[in-house]
Amino acid sequence: MAMDAHEIERMIKAALPDAAIEIKDLAGDGDHYAATVVSAAFKGKTRVQQHQMVYAALQGNMGGVLHALALTTSVPQD
Amino acid sequence: MSDVNARIEAEVKNNDVVLFMKGTPQFPMCGFSGQVAQILGYIGVPYKGVNVLEDQEIREGIKAYSNWPTIPQLYVKGEFIGGCDITREMFQAGELQQLFEEKGIAVKQAS
Repeated sequence: MAMDAHEIERMIKAALPDAAIEIKDLAGDGDHYAATVVSAAFKGKTRVQQHQMVYAALQGNMGGVLHALALTTSVPQD
Repeated sequence: MSDVNARIEAEVKNNDVVLFMKGTPQFPMCGFSGQVAQILGYIGVPYKGVNVLEDQEIREGIKAYSNWPTIPQLYVKGEFIGGCDITREMFQAGELQQLFEEKGIAVKQAS
């Protein structure tokens, strides 16, 4: 089972509409991704909380159909 | 359910540093678990590895315990620190070494 990169982006965007999202398919197998998510909603949150917000956006797919998503989160700089 | 929570709680309270992982510190069975084991080994901090592959109840229970969907999971003094990505980020920034220092956990390598 795998998940399409656009589907991942769509789900994150639905929960974090302001997010700038970059997704890389690391192995080309639709199963190992790296995602960078930049959102103002992360402000004041710990890294664990930021990642939990992204996992929540993926609604249980993480750790299930989506085996590997290397996640980097940050707040927009300006 | 509360039973497995109690078991997890006992692990993270009775050991300063606990890594819930796939495989063992010597023989990790997953690249992500292996990376964290390698980082902890490099820093030289003693830790307890809990092999979730040997215990289905813990494997599922730990995800609910921390509201975190994946393995590995690192705990220091009972506090959930993060999975592979966060641990690596903290290590590269020197924050992980600092955390052990602040918590009064001896490490072999000076940061």
